[in-house]
Amino acid sequence: MRRRRFISAVLALGMLGAALAGAQPGSQLRFCIGTDPKTLNPLLADDEAAGAVRYLTGGVLVRLNRLTQQLEPELASSWKVSRDGASISFTLRPNLRFSDGAPFSADDVAYTIERLMDPALHSPTGDAFRSGAGKVRTSVAGKNQITITFPAPIVGLDKLFDQVAIMSARSPLKELAVLGPYYVAENKAGSYLLLKRNPNYRRRDAAGHMLPHIDSVRLDIQQNRDIELLRLERGEIDFINSLSADNYDQLANKDGKLAIDAGVGLDAEQMWFNQVPNSPLPDYKKAWFTSANFRRAISESINRQDLARVVFRGHARPAVSWISPANKFWFNAKLTAHPFDPQGALALLARDGFHRQNGKLYDRTGRLVEFSVITNSGNKARERMATMIQQDLDEIGVTLNVVTLDFPSLIERITRTFNYEACLLGFVNNDLDPDSQMTVWLSSAEDHAWNPSQKSPATAWEAEIDALMHAQASEMDPAKRKKAIDRVQEIVWQQEPFIYLVNKDVLSAVSPALRNVHPVVLQPQIYWNIEQLSKGNEAAKGR
Amino acid sequence: MKWARLASIVFLAVVTVVCLLANVVAPDSYAHQFRDVPDAAPSHQHLLGTDDLGRDRFSRLLFGTRVSLLLAPAAALLASVLAAMIGGVAGFAGGWVQGGVMAVTDLFLSMPWLFLLITVRALLPLNVSPLTSVAITFALLGCLGWATAARVVCANARTLRNSDFILLAQASGCSGFRLLIRHLIPNLMPVLYAQFWISIPVFILTEANLGILGLGVAEPLPSWGSLLRELEGFSTLSAQPWQFVPLILLILTVSCFHVATQKLEDWA
Repeated sequence: MRRRRFISAVLALGMLGAALAGAQPGSQLRFCIGTDPKTLNPLLADDEAAGAVRYLTGGVLVRLNRLTQQLEPELASSWKVSRDGASISFTLRPNLRFSDGAPFSADDVAYTIERLMDPALHSPTGDAFRSGAGKVRTSVAGKNQITITFPAPIVGLDKLFDQVAIMSARSPLKELAVLGPYYVAENKAGSYLLLKRNPNYRRRDAAGHMLPHIDSVRLDIQQNRDIELLRLERGEIDFINSLSADNYDQLANKDGKLAIDAGVGLDAEQMWFNQVPNSPLPDYKKAWFTSANFRRAISESINRQDLARVVFRGHARPAVSWISPANKFWFNAKLTAHPFDPQGALALLARDGFHRQNGKLYDRTGRLVEFSVITNSGNKARERMATMIQQDLDEIGVTLNVVTLDFPSLIERITRTFNYEACLLGFVNNDLDPDSQMTVWLSSAEDHAWNPSQKSPATAWEAEIDALMHAQASEMDPAKRKKAIDRVQEIVWQQEPFIYLVNKDVLSAVSPALRNVHPVVLQPQIYWNIEQLSKGNEAAKGR
Repeated sequence: MKWARLASIVFLAVVTVVCLLANVVAPDSYAHQFRDVPDAAPSHQHLLGTDDLGRDRFSRLLFGTRVSLLLAPAAALLASVLAAMIGGVAGFAGGWVQGGVMAVTDLFLSMPWLFLLITVRALLPLNVSPLTSVAITFALLGCLGWATAARVVCANARTLRNSDFILLAQASGCSGFRLLIRHLIPNLMPVLYAQFWISIPVFILTEANLGILGLGVAEPLPSWGSLLRELEGFSTLSAQPWQFVPLILLILTVSCFHVATQKLEDWA
C-alpha cells in the first residue's frame, strides 16, 4: 500500500514537473506600450498598441514568419491561391476551439471576411483586400474548407491574411473570444492590459507541452521612453521592442547584455524637393528642383556615412533604394548607395550652368542657391540630420535653411498648400510587398510626395514607373514582379525624386532573464515568437 | 540686500561683456561640426566638451548667451513700447475705450501663448537665415508679450489721469495728445522701466521653452533654448554633468535679473 502511494506521488510530481516545464505557471511577461489600444476589435486595429494586442491574441489562417519572411500555416493547414490571383482556398485544421470554448469552423472565417469587408466597419485591414467593384464571395464546403473570391486579382493575397484575426461567429464574447496564444483578461484604461494564456490554444512544443510557455502578458501603458528605459534597468519590464539610437547607446554602455541591434530595418529616412508645378515657389527654384542633375548633386553632397555614424551612433546604414536591404526578396542588390562626392556634385551642377563664386553657388541666371528644408519639430534625429546636411551642402556653396515645424503644419504644407522647398521625413514601412507602396509611386497617387495627384505623368520616367507598378500589380509570377520592381528601383536611384539617406537599424532591449529571444527586423521585433519565449533566472541563458 | 544687487549687476555685466566678445573669446565656430568627436567630454580643445554633432559646447554657450541676452531686451523693449501705447491710451481715455482695450488685453492674457506662438511661427516664411529667424522669434515674443505690462500701465495711467497736475494741464487748454506725450508717458516711465526689466527673464525663458519644442532659433545658431534641449535626455545627464552649465547660467542670469530689478518690481 505504502509502495503504491509512493509510486503515485512520484507520478504526480512528474506530471506537475512536466506541466511546469511547459507552461511556467505564474510567469508573467511585462512590457510597455505607448498608449491605450484604440480598439480591441482586431479588424479595426490601426495603431501600434492595438496591433500588439491583435498579434498576441489573434489567431490567423497563415502567419508570416518574421525570421524567414516566409508564410507558414496556422489555423489553415494548407492554402492555395488561384491562377488569376482573385481567389484563395483554405483547408482548416480540425477540432480547434476559441478561448471561450466555442468551436472553430469555416463559418467563422466566412463571418470574419464578411465583417472585414463590410464598408460600414471601415476596417483598415480590410482596405488591403479591396481590389475592385463588386462583392467578396465566400464558399464554405463542410466544416474545414473555405474559398474566398475577390472581384479582382490581389497581388500577395495570401500574405494579407497574416493581419486577419479570425473572429467567432457564435461566441457571445465576439472579438474577445480568440484563437491566438493569449486572451484579454483585464483592461484598465490608461494603466495596463493583462493577457492570460488561452487554455484552448492549439500549439504544443516538441515535447508536447502546452504553449505559450509564459502564463500571462502585462502591457503597461507608458508614454515616456526614458521611464520605460529606467523600468527595464530596474527589472520591472522584460523588453523594449524599439529603442532610439541614443537610448541604445546609453543602455549598451551600462549593460551590454541588455541592448540588441537586430540589423538594418525596413524604415528609411529621406529628403525630397517640391516639384509641384503650381506650387507658390518661384520659377527658377522649380527649375532647380525638377532637374535630375541638381537632385543628384545634392544627393552626392550628403555624407550618408556620417549621418549613420553621428546621428544614429552607427546603428544605421546609408540608404540605397526605396526598398531596404532588410527586405530580402524585393531589394535590388545590384544598386549601391550614392557616394559622398562633392566634386562630382559640382561637376553635375556645372552641366546645368551652376557655378561657384566666393564659396557660394549661383545658378546660370546669377541667383544664389539657397533653399529651406522642413522637418517635424521634436524629432531629434531628423533635426540633427538636417543640420549635418546643412554643413555638407555648405561645402559646395549651397545655403540650406533648416526649419522645424509642428507636425500638422508640416503636413498642411506638403499635402495641401505645397508651400515648401524641400522636406526631410521618414516613411514607416511594415509591409514587405512593394505593392503596398503603390500609393507612393503612382504619379496619380496622393502620397506621390514630390508631385502628387498628377492627371498624367509629368515626366517620362514617372510614366515608366506607373507602367511598371501597374504591370507588377497584375502579375502573379513573383519572378516577373521582382523584375519590374527592380527596374523601378533603378529609375528611382537614377532620378532621385526621393533622396534616400539612411536605413535605421532595429534596436531593442531585452532582459537577460527572457529566453529564446531572436530579435528580427519586422514588427513585432522581440515577441514575434511569443509562444517560444520563456523566463528564467539565469542570465542570458538561451539567447 | 544692496550688496546682492551689486553682485547681480556685476555678474550680468561680466556675462554680457564676455558674450559680446564671443567672436574673440570662443575657441571655435558655433556651427563647426567636429564629426569625429561627437558627445566628447571636456578637454583642452573643447572646454565643455562637444554636443551630439561634435560642435564645441563652450563656443555655442557664448554665442547662445549673446543671442538670448541681446534679443530678450530688444523683445522686452518692443513689448514695453506696445504696453505704453495701448495701456497708456486706455488708462488716459477711460470709459468705453478703456473697457474695450482691457477686454482685448484679458483675451490676450487668456490665450494659450505657446500654441499661439507655434501657430504664428508656422505661418512665417520658411526661407529665412538663422539670424532672421532669431530676430523673428524674439519680435514675435515682443509683439505677443505686451498684455501683462499694458494692464499695469493702464492702472497707473488711470491714477495719473485724476491727479492734480493733469487737471491743471487740462484746465490750461492742453490737448489730449500733448497731455499723453508730455505729461502722462513721462510720469509712467518708472513703471515702464520696471516692466521692461521684468520682461527680460520672461522672454528668455519663453524662448527657451520654444527651443525645447524645437521651434525657437533655427539651426545652427545657438540660443539658450536650443542649448537646454540637450537636457531632454535626462537619463544621460548623470554621465555628462557638464551639460548642466547652460541651465546653471540661465538660472543665475534670471535670478540676477530679478535681484537687480527688485526695486523696480516694487514700483510696478
